[in-house]
Amino acid sequence: MHIHRLEKIWIGFGLAMLLIFLLLTGVAAFAMGISPPSSSSHENMHHGKVDPTKLQTTAPFDKPGLKQIGDNEYEAVLIAYAFGYNPDTIDIPHGAKVHFIVTSSDVVHGFEIPGTNVNFMAEPGEVTELTHTFDKAGQFLVLCNEYCGTGHEMMKMTINVK
Amino acid sequence: MISTSSITAGKPFHENDGQLVLAHVLFAFAALLLGGIAGLLQAMVRGGTITLPHGIGYYQLLTAHGVLMALIFTTYFIIGFLYGGVAKTTGRLLPTTLALGWTGFLLMSMGTAVGTVFILLNKATVLYTFYAPMKASPYFYVALALVVVGSWLSGYGIFYQYNYWRKTHPGERSPLFSFMSVVTMLLWQVATLGVAAEVLIQLIPWSFGWVDTINVLLSRTLFWYFGHPLVYFWLLPAYICWYVVIPKVIGGRIYSDALARLSFLLLFVFSIPVGFHHQLMEPGISQFWKFLQVALTLMVVVPSLMTAFSLFATFELAGRAKGVRGVFGWLKVLPWNDVRFFAPFMGMLIFIPAGAGGVINASYQLDEVVHNTLWITGHFHLTVATSVALTFFGIAYWLIPAVTNRRLTPRLNKLGLWQTWIWVIGMFFMSGSMHTVGLLGAPRRTAYTTYGDNAQASGWIPYEVVMAIGGMILFVGVLLMIYNIYALLQAPAGYEEFPIGEELDGAEPTPKLFERWGVWLGISVVLIFVAYTIPVVEMIQTGVGSPGYKTW
Ligand code: HEM
Ligand SMILES: [Cu+2]
Ligand SMILES: [Cu+2]
Repeated sequence: MHIHRLEKIWIGFGLAMLLIFLLLTGVAAFAMGISPPSSSSHENMHHGKVDPTKLQTTAPFDKPGLKQIGDNEYEAVLIAYAFGYNPDTIDIPHGAKVHFIVTSSDVVHGFEIPGTNVNFMAEPGEVTELTHTFDKAGQFLVLCNEYCGTGHEMMKMTINVK
Repeated sequence: MISTSSITAGKPFHENDGQLVLAHVLFAFAALLLGGIAGLLQAMVRGGTITLPHGIGYYQLLTAHGVLMALIFTTYFIIGFLYGGVAKTTGRLLPTTLALGWTGFLLMSMGTAVGTVFILLNKATVLYTFYAPMKASPYFYVALALVVVGSWLSGYGIFYQYNYWRKTHPGERSPLFSFMSVVTMLLWQVATLGVAAEVLIQLIPWSFGWVDTINVLLSRTLFWYFGHPLVYFWLLPAYICWYVVIPKVIGGRIYSDALARLSFLLLFVFSIPVGFHHQLMEPGISQFWKFLQVALTLMVVVPSLMTAFSLFATFELAGRAKGVRGVFGWLKVLPWNDVRFFAPFMGMLIFIPAGAGGVINASYQLDEVVHNTLWITGHFHLTVATSVALTFFGIAYWLIPAVTNRRLTPRLNKLGLWQTWIWVIGMFFMSGSMHTVGLLGAPRRTAYTTYGDNAQASGWIPYEVVMAIGGMILFVGVLLMIYNIYALLQAPAGYEEFPIGEELDGAEPTPKLFERWGVWLGISVVLIFVAYTIPVVEMIQTGVGSPGYKTW
């Protein structure tokens, strides 16, 4: 099948862009670790699956909240439920590195801090992990961005960075 | 149109075939009207302009809007259009084809009716993606199953007609329109297997209470195995119009039959093993599989660029054949005043920024910025609600008269041009502000809220007011479109051309390989197995069950 010379150039250009582009995102993801939350993205602290009906007795969700694990480094264990988060406020020291460990005790929820890149899902049965460094002080809104029922638009929590 | 086509009468469209096409198209526009009413109310609620009277919930409206627009309007219009083109290019519809078409129509319509009733009763306020473990009435899922099974029968009708044509025309190349219809319906068959498995194996037994729990991650994966090719199912018929119909409307030729077929086959192959790009922000799927599917997603660049090339080649060659010179001289001789061209052309034009937005969404890390924000809603109001919808509107202006043996009058043509402008302007405001406020973080699928007077969230409201203004303009567009459909049904009797383009003289022959369906289906199945087997087996083995909830 004959393909016009200009069309070959055009498609070649497209393929080249594609390659460069996959290379950039690929290096960012696999070499620099800049990637969305995934089951195996934080191998060392992977909590696997949980039974959503037994969170009260399953570590770490039996004690939700902020826990210091290092020098200005914290774990934030949170449970999303219809229609809120437990706990509904956490205070984080300025500049702290926080590992979010989040699940849901009922339906699917979202976890978004507008103005930052923190944006992921909380699902029953699964544990989502994401690390973020809070290098700006202030009060941050966390909102649910996945429809979860009638009270969805009221579902939020607060993070105070001071 | 007062083109030569309507003056020189041609063969009338057979009544039985015309009725099947018309039934689908009218059903589609009824869904557009109802969905448009819901859309208007949503936009006004979010902008804080109105509060809904007690008894109607925002999310109930949103469920109705999503189902009626994304599933019903599109599917009915597509089936009607494909049957029309298949009848036009392969000869009258065979009795078996007609029987399959009508049975499909009846099943889908039963499903739509039942589903709508359960949405209105507030028993299925789970949005059109019906994510578990929110649990709707089992009859809502049964209704969805009816729609899917009905659409399968409609697909079989097209396969049957195509096979019959091939058997009676040995060694000949099938008509391009019919070939493309077969690809579209084949894609639909393979894609809907995912949602059918989700509904039949997981949701129905669970919602009836036969099993207690559901594997949430698996259900979402099956849904998105279907959800991405769903968007190509909307797009391919629009491409049929751009590749096959538009060349004829502008008085040009199809640039290359072979390349057109190849781009359809590539779209088929690369549209299915990619659903994880809708699940980038969720747990339970490893990074490797997400990234692999991102790479496969972006392969769509190739057929997309081929399509853009072919279309502009057709435009330019048509202009040159009319004797125009200069690099862009051909632009001037395009039939800007012909709605059959203008509406789909605006659709194509808007597909350029819309497609660029899609590349952003699929770009792995970048999705963290836009995931589940109004940016996404803005994105698909450009792709499906503008590029695809305007193309479908443009088709309706000739399809309805062609199958009812009437003609498009100059007055209706002019109203059509107005309708197109109204839609584009309304969408500029609505989708533009959705994109902007989404980047600021405003979530999608969320009723009016300031999160307790939070300053940041309050700052989003002005954008949502603009969104509401755009929504009102769009609603005027919906009403005008409905009037145009009504007027087309009253148009004077006569002949309206069903435009089917012909290939350029001296174009390369089309390789026989393009109609060896086993090969293409085989490639598709291999890619699907590569992309999905390991992660899905893992989900099944390690999955945790969730009970159901009714949180609305
Ligand atoms: C009068 C014209 C329209 C208006 C005013 C309108 C308005 C809206 C608004 C405001 C939302 C989002 C609400 C939210 O996320 O909270 C929405 C969602 C949506 N619209 Fe439209 N829309 C229109 C036409 C269309 C068309 C023609 C289609 C498709 C063919 C469409 C497909 C959708 C879909 C699939 C959703 C997502 C539903 C969901 O998130 O569950 N819309 N629309
Ligand atoms: Cu929510
Ligand atoms: Cu997709």
